[in-house]
Amino acid sequence: MNDSATALRIKPASSAMVSDAENMAAIHIRDLDFYYGKGHALKAVNMDVPAKCVTAIIGPSGCGKSTLLRTINRIYELYPDQYATGEIMIDGRNVLDRKYPLADLRRLVGMVFQKPTPFPSSIWSNVGFALSYYERLSKSEINDRIEDALRQAALWDEVKDKLNQSALGLSGGQQQRLCIARTIATRPEILLLDEATSALDPISTAKVEELIHELRERFTIVIVTHNMQQAARVSQRTAFFHLGELIEVGNTSEIFTNPREQRTRDYITGRYG
Amino acid sequence: MAIPARRRIADISAFAFATAATVFGLVWLTWILWMTIRQGAGALSPQLFKEMTPPPGSSGGLLNAFYGSAVMILLAVIIGTPIGVAAGTYLAEHGRYTKLAAIVSFVNDILLSAPSIVIGLFIYTLVVRTMGHFSGWAGALSLAMILLPIIVRTTEESLRLIPDTMREAGFALGLPRWRVTRQILYKAGLSSILTGILLGVARIAGETAPLLFTALNNQFWSSSLNGPLANVPVVIFQYAMSPYDEWHTLAWAGAFVLTAFVLALNILVRVLARKGKQR
Amino acid sequence: MQQVAGHTLKAFDEDIERLRALISQMGGLAEHAIGEAMRCLTQRDVEGAAEVVEGDKKLDVLEIETERRAVQLIALRAPMAGDLRDVVAALKISGVVERIGDYAKNIAKRVPLLENVGKIEPISLLAEMARIATEMVHDVLDAFVERDAGAAIRVCERDSAVDDFYDSIFRTLLTHMMENPQNIGQSAHLLFVAKNLERVGDHATNIAEMVYYAATGEHMADRPGKSPR
Repeated sequence: MNDSATALRIKPASSAMVSDAENMAAIHIRDLDFYYGKGHALKAVNMDVPAKCVTAIIGPSGCGKSTLLRTINRIYELYPDQYATGEIMIDGRNVLDRKYPLADLRRLVGMVFQKPTPFPSSIWSNVGFALSYYERLSKSEINDRIEDALRQAALWDEVKDKLNQSALGLSGGQQQRLCIARTIATRPEILLLDEATSALDPISTAKVEELIHELRERFTIVIVTHNMQQAARVSQRTAFFHLGELIEVGNTSEIFTNPREQRTRDYITGRYG
Repeated sequence: MAIPARRRIADISAFAFATAATVFGLVWLTWILWMTIRQGAGALSPQLFKEMTPPPGSSGGLLNAFYGSAVMILLAVIIGTPIGVAAGTYLAEHGRYTKLAAIVSFVNDILLSAPSIVIGLFIYTLVVRTMGHFSGWAGALSLAMILLPIIVRTTEESLRLIPDTMREAGFALGLPRWRVTRQILYKAGLSSILTGILLGVARIAGETAPLLFTALNNQFWSSSLNGPLANVPVVIFQYAMSPYDEWHTLAWAGAFVLTAFVLALNILVRVLARKGKQR
Repeated sequence: MQQVAGHTLKAFDEDIERLRALISQMGGLAEHAIGEAMRCLTQRDVEGAAEVVEGDKKLDVLEIETERRAVQLIALRAPMAGDLRDVVAALKISGVVERIGDYAKNIAKRVPLLENVGKIEPISLLAEMARIATEMVHDVLDAFVERDAGAAIRVCERDSAVDDFYDSIFRTLLTHMMENPQNIGQSAHLLFVAKNLERVGDHATNIAEMVYYAATGEHMADRPGKSPR
């Protein structure tokens, strides 16, 4: 396996390579279909997700938005009767291909879930959980990476004195930011946030939204939300899904001031159902 | 006001019946406990823990029985726990959707409710007849076979209680399954799994029937597992049925210690459970 | 581009309808004011004119009410897309209609100052100009109610007629003033009246642009029929 070789690759921190990537799509989704057993959950989805910006996926419940997210990092493979057909191209390779190693994919793509899930160990251990699995780092390097991730997640100041305490002692909003820190510690390129603030109070939600805004300079972020105002606040691109189909995708400001499709209009003005 | 009165009567009589049934059950339980304490406490003394089982007519203790039981229980735990936890993990995690897991789970349930004497007979045929004599090994094995399905079931249940989001979070980080299980799930379910083991121990501490066929009993001190080994349940059995009063007293004492041991284990389980909830 | 179905939250529908009803009400008052002011001008009805001036206060009150309701709607309902454009348009249109009402008031104020308005020709021209301008206001507010972008464009096209009337009245009044210096006072007032009416026409086209944007989400291309002024 080439894992150790890829694992030791250092991410380019300068902006020289990034500016080209900025104009390219980070994720190309081609003819994606998804099935829960007999149920056809995603129908022929074609979509480009641009790099280094926040794309929001909105739509009524059951429209397939979470399903789409879970297809990108193939977390659905945990469950035997769920499968996908089509292509999802990241960095020129189809990640849905069985031959694409899951460990590589999940290093490239990080995911944060709706319910904050801190692992039953210390804060320090949580953030560094996957670090030693992917890379061979010295103790001081691990410490640096953990501090870096916690700073990026705007959590460092609140926990720097209690890194050895159990992560379960943090508040809900802090736990969610911890999960974000844990995910970005491995330096993925893409972040998937599946209704990441739905379980949080308004202040924690605002903190996480501000965090998303800062993170978008370094990561490609896809968020799923049932809160349209959040999508409007946080994203630059918005995609509207309905019954498994992509109805409309465009710049957030246009989608919310002058959408093209009637179904989109009905949904965002509250005339749906 | 006819309807409300009828309802009130029904309500009161149901309540009265339930209370009476509870009291009835509690009366017997309390009586057993009281008898055990009264009869057994009489024989409680340091002698109990220092001397061997005596021949009729002389005084003594239950040291060899305590020792034999402790050794066999410990061995049973050492044999049964790793296999049980591994099997329970397989059922809950790796094999969750497979047919094999369904079959194993079903068989485990059967084993769980198998009569302990049948298990004793099984080990008797397999081990005692082969070895040619009773032994502590056989006793430990039979206890392990009773412990095993309990641990399989409780481990599986403990792991299933952990929400899938925890697993998905681990997998989303790219960790392979065994790491997710070892580093996340076992830690999260630790107190539950431990509780299961302790409850299993409480169960096998009092098993008599299998030991009759396997370890039998030993009048004298023996630390060798290759021969018959003294143990508390069988001593109680033999001494209680005997015509000697001193033996009766010793039997009650043994019963009391056994009961106290099981009670202490249950209390420990509750303490652990509450600690688990506090996190 | 009609919004066909109602909101899931019925109260939202009610709020928007009440806002639009306010605009219609203001429009009706403004139309009436212009008509009354012109009538009082031609018939030299000084008392009627005073009533028109007094009636302008109602328009001011309605404008404040509209603004309050619009801001409340934005804060509480977080309107999007077409709804948001509707509310913003209503907010802006109420200001414009209030100004139209002010012009009617200015016309009415001049009635007592005009003693001897026997000059038939300019007056009849003015009356005709007022009729067209009033019609424009009426039609553009109908377009607002119906969310009809096409009707809004047609209103804009009529502004050139109003402008032409203004040019013609201007020349006529100039001639009058040159004929007889005693006419200058009267003619000057009539000139201002004509200017007011021309402004009313312009404001009607402003409203038309807002109606177009609210209905389509795009801005009207170079206003048709706009003469350089």
